[in-house]
Amino acid sequence: MHTLKRDLVIIGGGPAGLAAAVAARESGCDNVLLIERDRRLGGILNQCIHDGFGLHQFGEALTGPEYAQRFIDRLNSLSIETMLGTIVLSMDRDRILHVSSRKGFSRIEAGAVILSMGCRERTAGAISIPGTRPAGIYTAGAAQNFINLQNIMVGKKVVILGSGDIGMIMARRMTLEGSKVEAVFEILPYASGLPRNIQQCLNDYGIPLYLSTSVINIHGKERLTGVTVAQIGQERKPVPGTERHVECDTLLLSVGLIPENELSRGPDIQLEVKTNGANVDDTFMTSIPGIFSCGNVLHVHDLVDHVSDEATKVGQFAAAYLKGDIEIPESYINIKPGKGVGYVLPQRISGDRDFVLSLRVSEPCRDKAVLVRDGDKKVKRKKMVRLHPAEMIRIPVRVDKLGDARSLEVCVE
Amino acid sequence: MSDQFDVLIIGAGVVGNAIARELSRYRLNIGVLEKEQDVGMGTSSRNSGVIHSGIHYKPGTLRARLDVKGNSLMQDLCRELKVKVDYIGKLTVAFDESDVKTLERLKEQGEANGVPGLEMLDADQMRKKQPDVGGIKALWSPSTGIICPYGLTIALAENATSNGAKFILGQDVSSIQQNGQGFVVRTANGNAFTTRVLINAAGLFSDHICEMLGINEYRIYPCRGEYLILDKRLKVRLSVLVYPAPGHGGAGLGIHLTNTVDGNILIGPSNEYIDDRDDYASTAAVTDQLKKEGHELLPGLSISDFIRSFSGIRPKQTSPQEGGFKDFVIESRRDIPGFINLVGIESPGLTSAPAIALMVRDMVEERLPLVKKDIFIAERQARVGTFSELSPEEKADLVADDPDYGEVVCRCEQITKREILDAIQNPMGNRTILGIKYRARAMMGRCQGGFCLPRIVEILEKEFGYRPEDFILNRPDSRLFAGRVR
Repeated sequence: MHTLKRDLVIIGGGPAGLAAAVAARESGCDNVLLIERDRRLGGILNQCIHDGFGLHQFGEALTGPEYAQRFIDRLNSLSIETMLGTIVLSMDRDRILHVSSRKGFSRIEAGAVILSMGCRERTAGAISIPGTRPAGIYTAGAAQNFINLQNIMVGKKVVILGSGDIGMIMARRMTLEGSKVEAVFEILPYASGLPRNIQQCLNDYGIPLYLSTSVINIHGKERLTGVTVAQIGQERKPVPGTERHVECDTLLLSVGLIPENELSRGPDIQLEVKTNGANVDDTFMTSIPGIFSCGNVLHVHDLVDHVSDEATKVGQFAAAYLKGDIEIPESYINIKPGKGVGYVLPQRISGDRDFVLSLRVSEPCRDKAVLVRDGDKKVKRKKMVRLHPAEMIRIPVRVDKLGDARSLEVCVE
Repeated sequence: MSDQFDVLIIGAGVVGNAIARELSRYRLNIGVLEKEQDVGMGTSSRNSGVIHSGIHYKPGTLRARLDVKGNSLMQDLCRELKVKVDYIGKLTVAFDESDVKTLERLKEQGEANGVPGLEMLDADQMRKKQPDVGGIKALWSPSTGIICPYGLTIALAENATSNGAKFILGQDVSSIQQNGQGFVVRTANGNAFTTRVLINAAGLFSDHICEMLGINEYRIYPCRGEYLILDKRLKVRLSVLVYPAPGHGGAGLGIHLTNTVDGNILIGPSNEYIDDRDDYASTAAVTDQLKKEGHELLPGLSISDFIRSFSGIRPKQTSPQEGGFKDFVIESRRDIPGFINLVGIESPGLTSAPAIALMVRDMVEERLPLVKKDIFIAERQARVGTFSELSPEEKADLVADDPDYGEVVCRCEQITKREILDAIQNPMGNRTILGIKYRARAMMGRCQGGFCLPRIVEILEKEFGYRPEDFILNRPDSRLFAGRVR
């Protein structure tokens, strides 16, 4: 079997992998290989033809493909090696990968690996909606692929379950293409997507959003004929008497994204229950030395600009690791989410460098502060007007503020 | 369409297909009518996929005899047809002394039925087979196995086709008339078929076929079983089948965990009589119950470990009031010469299918001379299992020969484009998305086709000329798409 050796192998050529590859190359790593399973780079950005990408990175509103192209151009100008249409089938602790493409099956020995495989959509099975399983039920992202990349219309009378960003964007998209979007139903008492999408994708088009409401039954033996919806009360159970039938031929699901960490199970990388992503330190190194993780495979982001930021740093760290500039500490300072915080990342830091905490609050609130503390000692406090689980919060922390902390807690107060 | 057959089988489930395959050894013109667009769309595909040992059935019954015989035939059959089967064995576990008595009775019954290798194990011996299992004693049945039920059903049909049997899909039988030489069978879409021997293997609808011939003594009571499918991540947790000792009453075998040959775990089945024989819905009440039991049996299950729910329907001959089981009906009707009638083939129908086929063969022989063909193709040209299960070296060789093996289309199950193409170009001429799913295993993983369905659609459009309106999930009206965007 064909064997290759590369200093740095990046798995996944979406926004995270692209930014990581560029940054690693610019940080002096000459032997970078970017592997992408699709036949083109850019990942899911390719099907995101709406605008709003790049406001932070480039100060302008780009479409998904335009945003990706900015990085692809840089990648090309740096002559970074890519393998397209290539899937990594396995990876072990020693960073030996088996990959497959139409050109052949090969083995790659990598000095370091950056995981940037992105995420997948939660399915109807995962949320166990009762009822039949007719045609006409799609995840929002699959529908987006059919409509935007394949010129295929998935349906005419649409119900959307879940107020994730892709679901709301598809509500607008399908309305623009002549479908009737009956409503968006969200099981939680608040929307799970960004406020700007509620305004621009739903309110502007008169599409109602019903909170604390969910689809509780699916009807139709061949094509979907309708769904039963109901208000959701205690213990996520339907409130009796609130059931109503909504006629539709299409149900789009936007009920959450799951980091696609199946490959990470090969080397037994430690995964976190709260993020479904790897446990990482302040260099984004996973529990396995030389394997890094960034982007949506690490934790689901709401803005691609943040993915690029994070991946750029990871590319730099991986390059530094290969040069021997990163020492793996004997012990870490652990960071735990406290009251009001859903998750915080990195989960552990070396105390050797400044870092940025990424976190999400567990429920919406106003006029509170995010507090980083070492026991009773305040390390950092950031006041915020609006805190919402849909919006990732990023807090830079200077290492000289840590003192002799052995562990940190991040909470809302 | 009009055709004349020597033998016409109604129903392309595992039983109908096993009969077709067995009879295709002989110089006979064989037809199989199926109302759905593919074979195995009913009970045959929607079950636990277990090859039962035969301990549960009363000695002397058809169920006992055909199950034990079918079990012993299955290994060779699967080798010939390249179907995944794994005799992993089963522990039936006793939790108290009354359970131990039940197990001893089962062991005696099993031995009377000719079940090989039955052993009573103490707690230590039992935990050597499966660590962490509770209970005080267990009955070990080494001949219990797991199989891919739709894989077997499809393989039987494909092999029968290779040997000349003609499967005619989308034919819902609406009337049957006897004529001098045999029968005229008409279908809802206006086709008529004549045959000398007619075999009723219509499963859930077998009583309807009986009624068309004036036989009113049988009635099918549909009884639904719901399942949840778990992520492959959990497969390491279960190496043999573990069932609790059967309690008293109840018509099914009780909810339990079953590992599949593809490495998933099933939770189920439930047991609920329903009115509509075509109602494959999952219900909130059962789903909640299955999840609850799943969490008890496999601590640490997370929400994303539930991949999908499905349900199957048992063609029971016992009403909800009666409960329990009735024996299979497999009869050559004296009053209707040439009519071979199979009714109520519920569990263990899958295991029994090869033995049922031999029994029916003998019944056919009473009506028609059976002359062996010069050439019978016993071996099906296929690979057992998927590309993903091969070693890196084997994969490398295949990719070098055929680049379509190098392109992984379904990333969750690592199904290659070659496997998708083979499924699309199946010998049955099935043109549905479900047909591809059942044959290639694409779309069966944790993303449930979120990533690969768009790619499969692209392949069908670009390489097979499909238009958006040509895509159907399973039935003619189950269209995937509304047309072009613009």
